[in-house]
Amino acid sequence: MSSGRRRGSRARLPAVALVLAAIAVAFFALPLIGLLWRAPWSNAWGYLTDDDALTALRLSLVCSLWATALSVVFGVPLAWVLARVEFPGRTVVRALCTLSMVLPPVVGGVALFFALGRRGLVGQYLDRWFDLRLPFTTAGVVVAQTFVAMPFLVITVEAALRQLDQRVEDAARTLGASRWYTFRRVTLPAVRPALVAGAVLSWARALGEFGATITFAGNFPGTTQTMPLAVYLSLETNPEAAIVLALVLIAISFAVLVGLRDRWFGARVSVSA
Amino acid sequence: MSISAQVQLRLGSLDLDATLDIEPGELVAVLGPNGAGKSTLLRALAGLQPIDAGRVAIDALVVDDGAGVFVEPEQRPIGVVFQHYLLFEHMSVLENVAFGLRARGTAKAEARRRAREWLERMALAEYAEQRPRELSGGQAQRVALARALASDPRLLLLDEPLAALDVGTRAAVRRDLRQHLSSFDGMRLLVTHDPVDAYALADRVAILEAGRIVQMGTLAEVTARPRSRYVADLVGVNLVRGIVANGVLRTDTGAAVVIADAAPGETLAVIRPHSVVLTREAPTSSARNVWSGVIVDIDRLGDRVRVVVDGVMPLTAEVTAGALDALHLRPGDAVHAAVKATDIDVSPV
Amino acid sequence: MFAAASLAAAFTEIGDAFMVEYPDAEVVFNFAASSELVTQIGEGAPADVYASADQSNMAELVDAAGNTTEPVVFARNRLEIIVGPGNPTGITGVADLGDQDLIVVTCAPEVPCGTYASVVFANAEVTVTPKSLEENVKAVVSKVTLGEADAGIVYRTDVIAAGPDAAGVAIPNDINVVAEYPLAVTSEATNPDGAQAYIDFVLSEQGQAILESYGFLAP
Repeated sequence: MSSGRRRGSRARLPAVALVLAAIAVAFFALPLIGLLWRAPWSNAWGYLTDDDALTALRLSLVCSLWATALSVVFGVPLAWVLARVEFPGRTVVRALCTLSMVLPPVVGGVALFFALGRRGLVGQYLDRWFDLRLPFTTAGVVVAQTFVAMPFLVITVEAALRQLDQRVEDAARTLGASRWYTFRRVTLPAVRPALVAGAVLSWARALGEFGATITFAGNFPGTTQTMPLAVYLSLETNPEAAIVLALVLIAISFAVLVGLRDRWFGARVSVSA
Repeated sequence: MSISAQVQLRLGSLDLDATLDIEPGELVAVLGPNGAGKSTLLRALAGLQPIDAGRVAIDALVVDDGAGVFVEPEQRPIGVVFQHYLLFEHMSVLENVAFGLRARGTAKAEARRRAREWLERMALAEYAEQRPRELSGGQAQRVALARALASDPRLLLLDEPLAALDVGTRAAVRRDLRQHLSSFDGMRLLVTHDPVDAYALADRVAILEAGRIVQMGTLAEVTARPRSRYVADLVGVNLVRGIVANGVLRTDTGAAVVIADAAPGETLAVIRPHSVVLTREAPTSSARNVWSGVIVDIDRLGDRVRVVVDGVMPLTAEVTAGALDALHLRPGDAVHAAVKATDIDVSPV
Repeated sequence: MFAAASLAAAFTEIGDAFMVEYPDAEVVFNFAASSELVTQIGEGAPADVYASADQSNMAELVDAAGNTTEPVVFARNRLEIIVGPGNPTGITGVADLGDQDLIVVTCAPEVPCGTYASVVFANAEVTVTPKSLEENVKAVVSKVTLGEADAGIVYRTDVIAAGPDAAGVAIPNDINVVAEYPLAVTSEATNPDGAQAYIDFVLSEQGQAILESYGFLAP
């Protein structure tokens, strides 16, 4: 009797979980389906090949890739320090570095103004001494995007570093590996899945960034008008074009996420016990 | 060309103060219970744990003096085999073994060639391209050993190398390990809690208990004259410690032991279990020592039976199975334990 | 009450006065670019009244049959150059905005004040390359008041609203654009009577006085 019950429950998947999951999938799928349904397929090609649209797309891709690169170059050392070095106020520093994740992007943009704008805390010196201005420039877009995107990388990589068995790094050192060699050939490969996931998340966040960009960098086709800005403005006068542009953005992001398979996101490297 | 180590350090609740020397070509085992500080001592020699005071020197080069001098692990001519092997999961077996060579600057092709030689020596050549997680425990241990030896260290440190194996494979792997270790002519330090490891592999043994080395010598020397409860338990004898005055040794629980040839002062007395005679009633015999107690445990080992008696003088007695049955002894029974004074070995502390 | 961004301050005060006049009434505002509002209404957003900063957006609503009353112009507005307090860069007119070293921002052409700005530049026969095309007029104002931009083209009412944080440089009437602000009751209004009452109030002496105090011109 008891074995029969066991057999039965093993064959049946939990219904409640399935229903809730189905609702969640619908929640995500519906807006996308809505866009596809309203898309002006007959005029789509025209909107896509419009100069401004292509420029916005190119700018978006270039800036988001730069932002991702900066996030990796600065974010990985930061993650390492937060994970490995004990110093007073570490919690505060961590909170500070990931603040932009919870900050409304426009607030982030305004804050960047006050720091790096023409009259900003540091910006005024950049302007006065180096004739360097960030607002209204493509560099400003990259700065705004990096500001909101880097925390995703830091959080992901830091978590992975914490999970690592540090004894493996000890082993490497007893074999003659310097700290840098150990980091390069033992630590980094071990956190590679997290690094990739973090980089992809950062890239996606940078690609979709709107509020901080338009507040800090402004909006000008070719220089600072990224896809999200183009979509938003297009919505005012030409919703059809906006839908097409939005779909392009979605298609690219979708392709990347599907292309980076489970293996890169989920694979956990564990030490042999 | 030897290892000279005076290690003093505090780590958590451990207070370690141990002095150790390893002669060229020698394998010294540090034997002790868990928590004694064995791994900490090993890590201090490896440079993974700085000492608070003392001096560690490898081949007359001072690598740590608790003050200004500290040589990082990567600069020490050492190789370490860890208890859980700590192989690099994302590299193949061959790359693991080649790691130390490449880290120290050897070119990739040359390092891989030498690594392959080591794998052949360990009979693991066919596993060269596999990942560590596909290996059995014994195989992983050999890879860890090859990895440590590949960069030709002066000092090989082994941290409980057999502890991660299940009992069944341990004996076979120990045999293998013995072979490989004996073909290595550098200095070797092995840390273990299993005396059989020490017996099988070591030239000399240091007994480490609660951060202090209480005994040192060959295993035979150490077990012949146990100087601590730990070693005594190891060899299965009763060890009593107390102060001798007027031919009587008094323990701190108040028990009195009459002994022969006793010099006054703090003394260790060894009572072998087969010297203990058990009776139900108080005996009239020439035995000068009779203590009453209660049986708490009976352990049959073939025809021999170990009887653990608790009382003011806790003792383990060894009797034949026949004797046990004749007396109908069971746990909880009150008995008298008798020992002749001449059956007790004493040594001053 | 969906109204163009440039009406924010004035309409809020009118709304307060309206609620004093009609204690049972409650006026809720949604201020944004006129074009954005008309899109929202098209998608079914709940508006009783729509007040636009230009006729073309109102025309869009009419084409979509989104109104029930005939649009009525209730105010007019002129464009003005907004600069930092004290006019630090010494701008005297639209011609100065052609200077490439100046950081000029305007509204994006998708919003009314952006199209108006282009007309002004065409009228003045000067080529101006803005550094940024903001998505609503208030964003232009803030870029100038924060010191990030040297000048911008906004409505006169925005310059007045900015108070001591900015200064204005007038644009001569012959090249300036007059923006006409129409408003109408929407077809989806849930409270058409209240909507009409509000419109009447805006057109009344009291409403017009408030609008004038903010710098709007009479319709």
